Amino acid sequence: MAQPAKRRSGTYSRRVQYSLFLGYVFAIAGMIVAVLMLAISIVDPRGFAAIKGAALDVTTPVSAGGRGVVRFFTGIGDTVSDYWQAGSQNAALNDELNAARRELVAAQAAQAENRRLTQLLGLARQVNDEVALVRVVGSSFEAPRRTATLSAGRSSGIEPGQPVRAPEGLIGRVIEVGQWAARVLLVTDGSSNVPVRLVRDGTPAIAVGRGDGTIELRTLEVGQNPFRPGDLLVTSGIGGVFPPGVPVAIVARLDGDSAIARPIADPARADFAIVQRAFQPAAAGALDQAAPPVAGPPAAAPPPQPGAAPRQGDPGYQPALKTAPPGGAPR
Amino acid sequence: MSRIAASETQVAIRDLRGRSVPLVSTVVAILLALLPIVAATPLIPDFGLLVLIAWRLLRPEIWTPNTALGLGLFNDLVAGNPIGQSMLLWTALFLAFDLIDGRLGFRDYMMDWLIAAAAILFAAGGAWYIALLMGADVHVLVVAPQVGIAILAYPVVTRIILALDRWRLGR
Repeated sequence: MAQPAKRRSGTYSRRVQYSLFLGYVFAIAGMIVAVLMLAISIVDPRGFAAIKGAALDVTTPVSAGGRGVVRFFTGIGDTVSDYWQAGSQNAALNDELNAARRELVAAQAAQAENRRLTQLLGLARQVNDEVALVRVVGSSFEAPRRTATLSAGRSSGIEPGQPVRAPEGLIGRVIEVGQWAARVLLVTDGSSNVPVRLVRDGTPAIAVGRGDGTIELRTLEVGQNPFRPGDLLVTSGIGGVFPPGVPVAIVARLDGDSAIARPIADPARADFAIVQRAFQPAAAGALDQAAPPVAGPPAAAPPPQPGAAPRQGDPGYQPALKTAPPGGAPR
Repeated sequence: MSRIAASETQVAIRDLRGRSVPLVSTVVAILLALLPIVAATPLIPDFGLLVLIAWRLLRPEIWTPNTALGLGLFNDLVAGNPIGQSMLLWTALFLAFDLIDGRLGFRDYMMDWLIAAAAILFAAGGAWYIALLMGADVHVLVVAPQVGIAILAYPVVTRIILALDRWRLGR
């Protein structure tokens, strides 16, 4: 390649030098502004909600329009392979159907029993009516974050914090909302924490995204790993955002004290996603801004209070002084 | 098209083409983030950044660091990054490019590729660190495949930009 033109050497015009210098001053000032904006984004993730929502509104129709084309092309491969495998697939499906029928009867019995026990316990379960049926139209390509875009927004009743699921399982949680579009934090994102439990024995765990399409499962139990490859995990309902019983992931392999799991719902293949109301709406706002939720024991037991024990040993800690006397102290 | 401009309007059109092609092509590359592909694994390179680096290394004189500031804001809004991320990283890259150009007498093709690779690595590392600050605790190696693909894609992008540049300046 030819020698690139050098801008500074050779220009002795004072005007040119001044404008170059001013350019650098503007650039550095702009970087400082950018750092401040980033700081605001980090401290208050909803700080620029209006701007980002508007940007979503403008850009999502573009993605939505092309989504059908992409689906058509990915569909061609599936159609061809389906044609070739029709015979064997038919037999396999028949076997599967017979097995599923047997399981269905068992599941219906279990459901009836479940309903009866729930009524016995008097548990007030909120009706989880869906807010909207939406299409997943795009996603972020940026490496460390995993988000997807939905084709409906505030005008359809979607609010930040609401859980999003596909028919197969959990997809994530709404983080940004525009008027006609919304952005979902996928369960595979590094900042996504979903309280889950093991279907096999009910062991509670936290499903934390790893950013590369897999999920890490962390449990409270130290020294033993309750997971086995192939285990199914469903949401536990702790924390109040995600409704209980939604499939989240399947354990792929064990990794020391934790396990690596594959998410069940693939947002790339899901035709439709269902946005639901937050399980207990009051909890949504608080949890949304809080640090990773503490993995609690199953809902029946009271949550542990980590701060309580060490404070009793602290000589300077006097709980009585922390609260104002009932009458109100004179100033 | 004839090589000699026939009228004032033709001159004006060619002038507009010469000026607008770099900016328009970068904006289009940024808008590629709207491709309706749902990616569960981070593999697709950041085309906006690649095209930006390619133009800047090919034609150092067309853009000042302020251009990166504006294009960075646009990229943040389109790609859904935290606002300020690309503004900061891209402007820092442009300042670094200016420093390199001031020190280096000339660059050849491999040198360009090396500088671009360093720039891609810097941008990816910065994005990873900002995500970490925002609570996305992912391993740094998660970014590696995307960085590798972006570095390998740079020569291809450069070819396209070179062709665009030839068309932009041609008569």
